[in-house]
Amino acid sequence: MMFLVNPSKFNKVADYVFLPALISSIILFSIGLIFAFYLSPDDYQQGSTVRIMYVHVPSAWIALLTYAIMTLYSIAGLAFRIPFGFIINTAVAPIGAVFTLICIISGSLWGKPMWGTWWVWDARLTSVAILFIIYLIIVFMNLSFENRVVREKVIAIFVLVGSINLPIVKFSVDWWNTLHQPATISKLSKPSIDPSMMIPLIIMTFAFVMVGLAIAILRIKTEIISRKSYLS
Amino acid sequence: MSLRFQRLLLILLTLVIILSAVLLILYNARENVSYFYTPSEIDNLDIAIDEKIRIGGFVENDSFNKISSSSFKFKITDEKASILVTFNGILPDLFREGQGAVIEGTFVDNDIFNATNVFAKHDENYMPASIKEELKDTGYWNKKYK
Repeated sequence: MMFLVNPSKFNKVADYVFLPALISSIILFSIGLIFAFYLSPDDYQQGSTVRIMYVHVPSAWIALLTYAIMTLYSIAGLAFRIPFGFIINTAVAPIGAVFTLICIISGSLWGKPMWGTWWVWDARLTSVAILFIIYLIIVFMNLSFENRVVREKVIAIFVLVGSINLPIVKFSVDWWNTLHQPATISKLSKPSIDPSMMIPLIIMTFAFVMVGLAIAILRIKTEIISRKSYLS
Repeated sequence: MSLRFQRLLLILLTLVIILSAVLLILYNARENVSYFYTPSEIDNLDIAIDEKIRIGGFVENDSFNKISSSSFKFKITDEKASILVTFNGILPDLFREGQGAVIEGTFVDNDIFNATNVFAKHDENYMPASIKEELKDTGYWNKKYK
């Protein structure tokens, strides 16, 4: 498992993983979109609008997952002095920002016909908006400092402080009254979604993960090279 | 204890402290963080007439009245208390009796709430339309799903 912390070992593993990830994302997207548009049924209440969920939910999950990964790598970078942690932070922050934006836009498009409004300031929507702003700040911080060594540490500390938002995003729907519905899949009792809708959701989630992974590999490899050339 | 574990401990401790600080703030501000009050919470609150608030609950069965093409009257309930609401405007697609809804507006007197905005609330259940018919045929249809 050293490839998770060692840049040169990561490069070797990444070369094996990149092409399969790219190809499987194309295949999973083709299958998933066919399922989402044609093979999955209409919802008993929402009708066709339920299909927005197959984009909205995976992108929300990946936005949170990306931030969780950044948090772990920030701890590794600061506490264990593993520079690869800083490389990951710089590389994946824009990916998380884009998925958060996809989540917000698709949710907005769903909210207008279903709730009757594009946006409300309830706890879930607001905390996701804050997550998006945190991602943007990290992206801009990456462009701002001259001194790379200082910048990496400042960003890692900022990522750790921002990680407090993660449990708030996750549990906002349980702790407070929100317009956003509570969790369907990740709750303790049985998921209250029909298998015919769960299958496309899972396929689309893996498709999103694979495309995210492929982009992340490219960005991390670039970041490894640019860090090496900065330090030498 | 090695230096790296001291650093790890310091980071984790800091995170725990910041997290508890944020949660304490949010816990004490929960009435403002919550997007709406339920009708039974309203009874215990001191809300002035003309104060803008949001109420969330279910649209009570058999309470919906259409006064004209764009003006409606219905009751919002949480099965403990209910509030009479009047509304002028366009209702969202999902709005119907038994469905969750959040309404925004003001009390015009102690009993009547005048809504300026009505949002339909969706629950966490997803089910194909065909299964609804099947469940109705076999008698397993849960009225709460409506």
